[in-house]
Amino acid sequence: MSAPNDDRDLIFRRIREAIRIRRENLPDHGDAERYRQLLPPVRASLQARIELFREWSDKLNTRFIAANPSDWRAEIASLAAAEGWKSSAFHGTGLAREATEAAGLPAATALDTTRGYDPERLEACDVGFTDCEALVAQTGSVLLTSRGNGGRALSVLPPHHVVIATAGQMVPDLLAAMALIRERHGAALPSLVTLHTGPSRTGDIERQIVLGAHGPKKLTVILILD
Amino acid sequence: MSKPAAAFQAAASAYVGERETRAFLRQSLAGYLAQRRTGEERFQDWEEARVAASAAKGEALDYLDRYLADFLTRIEKRGTRVFFARDAARARERVVEIVREHDAKCIVKSKSMTGEEIDLSETLEHLGYEVVETDLGEYIVQLRGERPFHIVAPAMHLRREEIRELFAGKIGPEAGRSAEPEALTMDARRAIRRKYLEADIGISGVNFAVAETGQICVCTNEGNGRLSTSLPRVHIAVMGLEKLVPNLDDLALLLPMLATAGTGQHLTGYTTIIGGPRQPGEADGPEEFHLIILDNGRTALLADDEQRDALHCIRCGACIYMCPIFKNIGGHSYGTTYMGPIGSVITPHLRGLEEWRHLPSSSSLCGACTETCPVRIDLHHHLLHNRRNAAAAHPAPLEKLALRAYGWLAGRPALFSLAGKLGKLALRAFSPLLGTALDPARGWTRCRALPEPPRQSFREWWKTHEPEPASERDDDDEE
Ligand code: SF4
Repeated sequence: MSAPNDDRDLIFRRIREAIRIRRENLPDHGDAERYRQLLPPVRASLQARIELFREWSDKLNTRFIAANPSDWRAEIASLAAAEGWKSSAFHGTGLAREATEAAGLPAATALDTTRGYDPERLEACDVGFTDCEALVAQTGSVLLTSRGNGGRALSVLPPHHVVIATAGQMVPDLLAAMALIRERHGAALPSLVTLHTGPSRTGDIERQIVLGAHGPKKLTVILILD
Repeated sequence: MSKPAAAFQAAASAYVGERETRAFLRQSLAGYLAQRRTGEERFQDWEEARVAASAAKGEALDYLDRYLADFLTRIEKRGTRVFFARDAARARERVVEIVREHDAKCIVKSKSMTGEEIDLSETLEHLGYEVVETDLGEYIVQLRGERPFHIVAPAMHLRREEIRELFAGKIGPEAGRSAEPEALTMDARRAIRRKYLEADIGISGVNFAVAETGQICVCTNEGNGRLSTSLPRVHIAVMGLEKLVPNLDDLALLLPMLATAGTGQHLTGYTTIIGGPRQPGEADGPEEFHLIILDNGRTALLADDEQRDALHCIRCGACIYMCPIFKNIGGHSYGTTYMGPIGSVITPHLRGLEEWRHLPSSSSLCGACTETCPVRIDLHHHLLHNRRNAAAAHPAPLEKLALRAYGWLAGRPALFSLAGKLGKLALRAFSPLLGTALDPARGWTRCRALPEPPRQSFREWWKTHEPEPASERDDDDEE
């Protein structure tokens, strides 16, 4: 691999030269504890977090379903019937696979993306099932990684993304989500970490919100309570 | 007058005359304002958050050599290929080189203002590559052969009917059947969808780069940033070297602030944090990830410790929305990549003060930009600093002489009041010529009525209204 003309050394020299004078009037660099006093507040109890996540879901047009361990599969089955899914995609051996099975489609129509897949086939799927790293109450976001939750495309290519999470995965805020990434993956970060906050949207035409600009038109989050 | 200055004046004058266009723009700006306010109210302390945000960016910049070095070690360890470019030309050359190496046919691109800055799409298109702008607003202005009207909302100047006509003409008969935003968005979705699967290369910008972890962060609402960086074999990201933040906690602070200031949202729909190409054991993702880090005048701005904070900019676009000048002349008149207050501050640094000194002068210095900026850039003072620097580089002897004469006159009360009276007479005598070709101040007077000079001067009025105890002070004054 040739890297001619790379200006790395030149630019580092320029930077060092430029910052010989540091600014005196800069306020102190804060930390997570400080930021938590400034950002939108989140109440501590799990119940409050779930409620906040639900509020955001309503505003964002995320479909949020909290279900007991005994009946979340039935929720998926009824979704499958209502949406008329004919094919699905999933990853791994955990909740995403269980969800696919719960949808009740013939096994031949389910695409397992775990060890590579044909993107054309994924594009044609009606729904993509994934689990997640965490849910973020503060923002109504789903935290996913390319290592833990089925790669990059599964959660954005099909028109409907269904996330299965457990109550213990509900973290209070973005700072907690960052801490989780650091702790769980710090030693070897996955190539992609992503927060999905509602289905795909745009306001580029006369500021009118339209869902499903490029990514999924629908996002459903199923939370299994314990 | 420099060429850009002449073009600026012509475009601005034309835009000001378009009443309907401006009314449409105002309406859109009002929508932004309302949403923005609710956005700020969600914070426990928005004002202190601004201070903290400016501190985080300030820390990264004042110690940029260290943070950048940390960032590089970490992101390169995961197999990212980093290239440093001193200017736009080098950055373009490098991208073209990568595109050629892969013999790419189709390139999908998510929105990147740094890409705009270096004319990336135009360059690739000229060389015959198909470049698809995937952000809806960018896609629209690309089809029109235009530049973005605003850095966050590229197509905010267009009405739905204009977009419908455009789509019907450019996409084909299946598009543009309805002018509803929903239908138009679906037209674009259908037109672009196949491209994600066909493209060999995906290009993105960078909103933040995290030193702690060696990751870049890309924010989009549409998911186009996610798709452009998931399916193609190669991902190229272009970033300005000022995008660094120290750590992930800073990111957790800045992300909601960017969304709030940019659109009034609490968080952008898709926040994508990328640390490398596909890693072992991952199901998909690009085989190669190239990161191009651009200087293009930024280190010069970094060296200016008075204006260094202009590099804090997170390109939220808020100062542009708030600017009364933008409201009246629109985004295209500036003729720059970055319009509005931030553009008038940094363009003279990026492209040369000599040619762009008219921008800092085209401001009322109202300070709305400074007040709204989420990272507290002292924008309106920097406009003044640019004016000062321009004046120092180009002393105007006549102006200087006139001001000196005024100073001399103002120090002599008797002469000053006589001059005032004579001036009034002269103005009256001259008034038939006001605004005509013979009037040297025609640019100003042509479309403005001169107020009737008052009968009594302020000094005369003051004498009759002088409050009692101030008489001594007045004596001083007379000296
Ligand atoms: S200068 Fe401030 S307000 Fe303007 S775009 Fe940059 S961050 Fe936003």
